[in-house]
Amino acid sequence: MIEFHLDGRSGLSPYQQLVRQVRHALRLGLLHEGDQLPKVKDVVADLAINPNTVLKAYRELEHDGLVAARPGVGTFVTATLAGTSLTALAPLRQDLRRWLAKARRAGLDEEGIEALFLTTFRSASREDIA
Amino acid sequence: MTVLSARGLGKKYKRCWALTGCTLDVPAGHVTGLVGPNGAGKSTLLGLAAGMLAPSSGTIEVCGGVPGSGPAQLAKVGFVAQNAPVYANLTVEEHLRLGARLNPGWDDGLARARIARIGLDPALAAGKLSGGQRAQLALTLGIAKRPELLLLDEPVASLDPLARREFLQDLMEAVAEHGLSVVMSSHLVADLERVCDRLVVLVDSRVRIAGEVDDLLATHRRLTGPRRDVDTLPGDQQVVSVRHTDRQTTVLVRTEAPILDPSWDVGELDLEDLILAYLTNPGAGRPGLEVVR
Repeated sequence: MIEFHLDGRSGLSPYQQLVRQVRHALRLGLLHEGDQLPKVKDVVADLAINPNTVLKAYRELEHDGLVAARPGVGTFVTATLAGTSLTALAPLRQDLRRWLAKARRAGLDEEGIEALFLTTFRSASREDIA
Repeated sequence: MTVLSARGLGKKYKRCWALTGCTLDVPAGHVTGLVGPNGAGKSTLLGLAAGMLAPSSGTIEVCGGVPGSGPAQLAKVGFVAQNAPVYANLTVEEHLRLGARLNPGWDDGLARARIARIGLDPALAAGKLSGGQRAQLALTLGIAKRPELLLLDEPVASLDPLARREFLQDLMEAVAEHGLSVVMSSHLVADLERVCDRLVVLVDSRVRIAGEVDDLLATHRRLTGPRRDVDTLPGDQQVVSVRHTDRQTTVLVRTEAPILDPSWDVGELDLEDLILAYLTNPGAGRPGLEVVR
């Protein structure tokens, strides 16, 4: 079982934070297939958040095929994110390291690198939507 | 299903309109946050919904009935006014007994468990309680009454951070367990962000915007780019606020569509930015190019 928390400075809405924390736990192998997510009532009482927020997060995870709700019992993990990404992670990280070194050689400081990455990342993901 | 439905609702005190042209639907099963500057009409709207005030114009329906129209209506709606009014001469225990007598749906177990957890001495007169304790007592009565709709006017204003969190936990538990609907006014955006899934912004006695929090956040964007006239924006982008410097323009827009114009740097808003944008720009419009240096 995982425990949720809310970060006021994350810039994400509470429901997005819950979704992200479950995905994160799946990726890190903290949650396995068959594990139960915290009950809505417990999350609500624990974090003092709106039950609809928790339901919305669980629905989105269900829609993504990561969890399934068993009425009257709870919500359970049905898939994992760990296997697929872990193998791909190492070469990607290596590529990124090389790119970072290149950016530094080109004279970019940390702020410049971050700004370049973020604007490219945003415009790329916007192109995907459009 | 709606728990509160207002059509052209208005309230006039002597010559001054505290609320005008309020048309609003609050669906059941939600926690709706009511925000706005002091004097915007929040307490008036809550008072009208509770039946403590009578409308000067328009209509309001709460839980399918006219507010304050009789015992059945009163049982459906709980209301805790701003200063958490309690009877100073009655003890905490007497408040609970009064609550049990007056409310057909009274949950005595819930009320006593809450009083014990807060640590209120049942034998103490309510007049001897601190401001925070008084608020806790009033809120306990409001929850234990088991209404369909609970109206809270600045419920956590006088509570310390721990008591505030505990109160919101209890409130959210009641929402989850009993399907309670809540309309609460508050200035504390951080609290609203946690507990509210719907938001109503009141400015200058009018409803400025209302909707689901996640929808509102998803449809508002901050656009920053080279200075330009906002009249050149696509028609589906509703301008909430605009600021110009001699070189740069920052616009806050509401739009369902993605922002395709590559000259804009598109940023997201958090709830506080969004609320502030509406509070500081009471008139919706497209002001011309004024330079802000």
